[in-house]
Amino acid sequence: MSTEKNHIVPYRTYFFVLAGLLVLTFLSIALTSIDLGGLAVTGALTFAVIKSFLVMTWFMHLKYDKLYIILWVVFVFAVIIVTIVVTFLDYIYR
Amino acid sequence: MEQVKQIVHEHYDPEASKIGMWLFIFTELLLFGILFVIYSVYRYMNHDAFHLAAEELDTYVGAVNTVILLISSMTIAMSTTSLQKKKTKETLILCGVTLVLGIVFLVNKYVEWGGKFDHGIFPGSEYLVANFSQGEILFFGLYFIMTGLHALHIIIGLILIVTVMWRVYAGKVHAGRPVLLENSGLYWHLVDIIWIFLFPLFYLII
Repeated sequence: MSTEKNHIVPYRTYFFVLAGLLVLTFLSIALTSIDLGGLAVTGALTFAVIKSFLVMTWFMHLKYDKLYIILWVVFVFAVIIVTIVVTFLDYIYR
Repeated sequence: MEQVKQIVHEHYDPEASKIGMWLFIFTELLLFGILFVIYSVYRYMNHDAFHLAAEELDTYVGAVNTVILLISSMTIAMSTTSLQKKKTKETLILCGVTLVLGIVFLVNKYVEWGGKFDHGIFPGSEYLVANFSQGEILFFGLYFIMTGLHALHIIIGLILIVTVMWRVYAGKVHAGRPVLLENSGLYWHLVDIIWIFLFPLFYLII
């Protein structure tokens, strides 16, 4: 990890990340176009999670950021996931 | 007489600026996160109605807008690189491309929403109440609120990009002081991430 001030990310890296994002987008469209039932939701959301991971790591420079910012981001996503789980535990078992 | 020495002190703390931006982004993530929770619960309770209503949305338009937003995210990320390399002209071009792509996204959104409005599908529409079930009305309510709030974020992002371009042009944002461009970039990527989740929820999962 180098300091973000001196770290210049080459265009090429961003281009590869974009290519990855586009491939994942088309894969998720292809996946949901075939009838998978309940798996479609899981599949599409898994692709979305991977895509947002790519955007945050490279586009938002988390890869080159200090650890505490990364931990914050993880914490915020954990809060959202916990909220979803707790809400559904309530709705499913009421 | 006492000599008063005045030191010109310009406050500049890039790390604090970045922390501030991230804190703001967290509040945005929680805002949309809660909307996702609401969507999931209503989907769970009105599964068939959501399935039916989602078929009204055009996956093709959604996919085109996804591609547009992903490319725009790349161009604004590239502009931070070109600023660090002290290539002002390239920075302005890359920001300009992002701006144009953002506008194209909004035009698509306008056409898409316009089509829905023409078919009588909009919040509070009598046609909607008369012809659709409660669950379908919920789906469209969430669709308009969530994509509308997202579009509002795009508009704010575009205003930010114009401001950044102006300040880059004026020489106030440069390789030594890139924070405004970097924070605007972070904001634009946030808008991108929100769309990454909106697209499968409304257009793909049917």
